[in-house]
Formats: sequence, C-alpha cells, structure tokens
Amino acid sequence: MATQTKAVAEAMAPAFVLDRLEAVPALIGRHEDFLFVAGLAGTSRDVAAITNDGAHTYSMAGAMGGAAMIGLGLALARPDKRVLVVTGDGELLMNIGALATIAVLNPPNLSIVCVDNGHYGETGYQKSHTSLGVDLEKIAAGSGIKRTLTIEGEAELAEGARLIREGNGTAFVLLRVKPTEPPAFKRDLNPANCRLRFRTGLLA
Amino acid sequence: MSAEPAPASWQDQVYDLLRQHNVTQFAYVPDAGHRTLIDRSLADPNVHSVALTTEEEGVALLAGADLGGARGVLLMQSSGAGNCINMLSLVKGGGFPFLTLISMRGDFGEGNPWQYPMGQATQAVLEAMGVICLRAETPEEALRTVSAALTMVFQAGNAVAVLLTQKLIGAKKF
Repeated sequence: MATQTKAVAEAMAPAFVLDRLEAVPALIGRHEDFLFVAGLAGTSRDVAAITNDGAHTYSMAGAMGGAAMIGLGLALARPDKRVLVVTGDGELLMNIGALATIAVLNPPNLSIVCVDNGHYGETGYQKSHTSLGVDLEKIAAGSGIKRTLTIEGEAELAEGARLIREGNGTAFVLLRVKPTEPPAFKRDLNPANCRLRFRTGLLA
Repeated sequence: MSAEPAPASWQDQVYDLLRQHNVTQFAYVPDAGHRTLIDRSLADPNVHSVALTTEEEGVALLAGADLGGARGVLLMQSSGAGNCINMLSLVKGGGFPFLTLISMRGDFGEGNPWQYPMGQATQAVLEAMGVICLRAETPEEALRTVSAALTMVFQAGNAVAVLLTQKLIGAKKF
C-alpha cells in the first residue's frame, strides 16, 4: 500500500487523485510496444516495475533533465520503433526547453508521459511548480507539440493509451497522480550496465 | 572552359569526414564558428540537424542516439561547455561515446571580457568530467584532430572535445 506524508496530504489538490501504482500501468498497457527512457526516482521505478527492469528500458538516477532528450536521440536513431519517455514533473521542469526542441523535430515515433505528482518525491515531497500553478500540458502545447492530453481521472486513460501509440507526430500526456510512493522495485542503478543491456537487446 | 572549383574549406572537409564516419545527428546552439557545419547539416537530407535551446540537451540527445546505434556530434561554443557539466555524468557513468567540437571564445585575441571566465575554464571543467580535450590551431590540425577524435570516440568509446581555438577561427571584433 502506498504511503503518504503529512505535507503531501496538506498539499493535495483535487486534480491529483489517481494512484500511480494503478494509473501508470493502465496508461502504458502492453509494455513490449515501446522502447523506454525513464527519468529519475519515481518514474524509473514505475517503469522498472512494469518491464521487470527489462532490456528495452533505459532509466536514470542522475543527469536530471536529460530523459526527454535521450528519448529524442533514440527516436531519431530508430524510426522503426516507438519510443516512450516516462518522467516526472521535477525532471521535466529542469530542462523544459527540451519540449521546444522536440516539438520542432516532431518525430512521429516519440511520446512523452509526464507523471505529475506536483512534488519532488525523492527529496522529501517538497512542492514543485506544478502544485503552484504551472501547467506542463500547456507548456508542451505552447512549445508546438500538437497532440497533448491531461489525464486526471480513470475515464481519460484509454484516450492516453491510444495517443502514445499513434504515429501522427510527437505526443505529450500529462498524467496527474497523488503524491504517493512509487513501486518498491530494486532496479539496476549502474548506467553503463543499463547502456550495454539496452544496446545488446536492441542491436544484437 | 569551366572554372576551377574552389578548394573545399577545412570546415567542409570536417563535415565530409564526419559523414564518412556515419555521423547522422548534428546538435547545436546556433554559432558563427560552426556555421558551415550547421548549414551543411541543414541541407543534408540524410542527417538530423537538431537546434537546441541549451547545450546540455545535446549531451542527452547523443546518448539516446547511441542507445539506438546511431552516431552524433555536439557543436558548441566554449560558453556552452559550462552548460553541459552535470549532464556529462550520463556520458561518464554510462560509458557513452561522446564527440563535441567546440569553437573557443575568451581565448586568443578575445575582445569581450564576458567570454573569459568560461573560455579559460573550458578545458579544465571538461577534463574534470572525463572528457579528453584536443586543441587545433591550424586548418590542417583541425582536420587531423577531428579524424583522431572520431577514432577515439567511436572505436575506443571515449568522450572527446576538439577545441577549435581562436588562432584557427579568429576572434570576433568588438
């Protein structure tokens, strides 16, 4: 069962109601459909739990702000594969210009899911800008990404699952969730191991 | 009677060399020193020409290219090297090949005092993050050095910066 800190309970806004333990797997669906790039902390554990830390996942535990651009480089290199970046609000905010760079290129095989809990979970659940009025879907749309969606309830999950699989240009899905703990999954934290694992799986 | 074609500039020769080595992702923040390479990449239908908002985006981009089996190069000014430092954790920790060509500022004959702090620190901070720095001061050296860097990066798996000094590219007038 997910835990929740006191500060988090106080900060919880009406839009942040989904539980990431259920909503992220429901949105992603068949994980074999994608090559994954996962951001730090919570999202790396979300994805590792879904893929069993599989070879089709490159997840980070540092170099904050890099996930979306790793996804872009991979998507440009492999137009034959669908690339899904799954990252948090804090990680995305650190390099928000990446959304503008990606929108200009607009690769049809790239989708970005931002799991937005409105907090920096890893460092003690301090509020992020998205708890204070910043709307990352609007920033994505304003950057020029044409297909964007905000998911705040179960009803929109199916549309999100469709959007991240469609090939009409880059898609951005903001998945608002409660600020609760991600899956307790122990993944490989060695970035060089993960690189070799990924390349062996994809290129061998 | 046809005119003799003008000899290719060293910048054009560097572009051709990068393409011969299957570099297909060109990432950059617009820069006068890299104008030929940027323009050639924009005109080349077989490469991705990726304009960045900040240089660290390019470090992550090239790691993603490598995951997919592609090769890239980051073209930046020495001031941009400072924007890359923590993102180079990805390169060093992950053992990613990494090639950057850096047009130097705050170097030989620089007239803008704002360029000196980062220009003078460029090599030291890159080396601190595990990037091997090779300096080029003449057109001949530029081509030879990029050629050496390509081997060091894509054959031996290193991170290498080629520093194109202001002796080579000239100092902007202020």
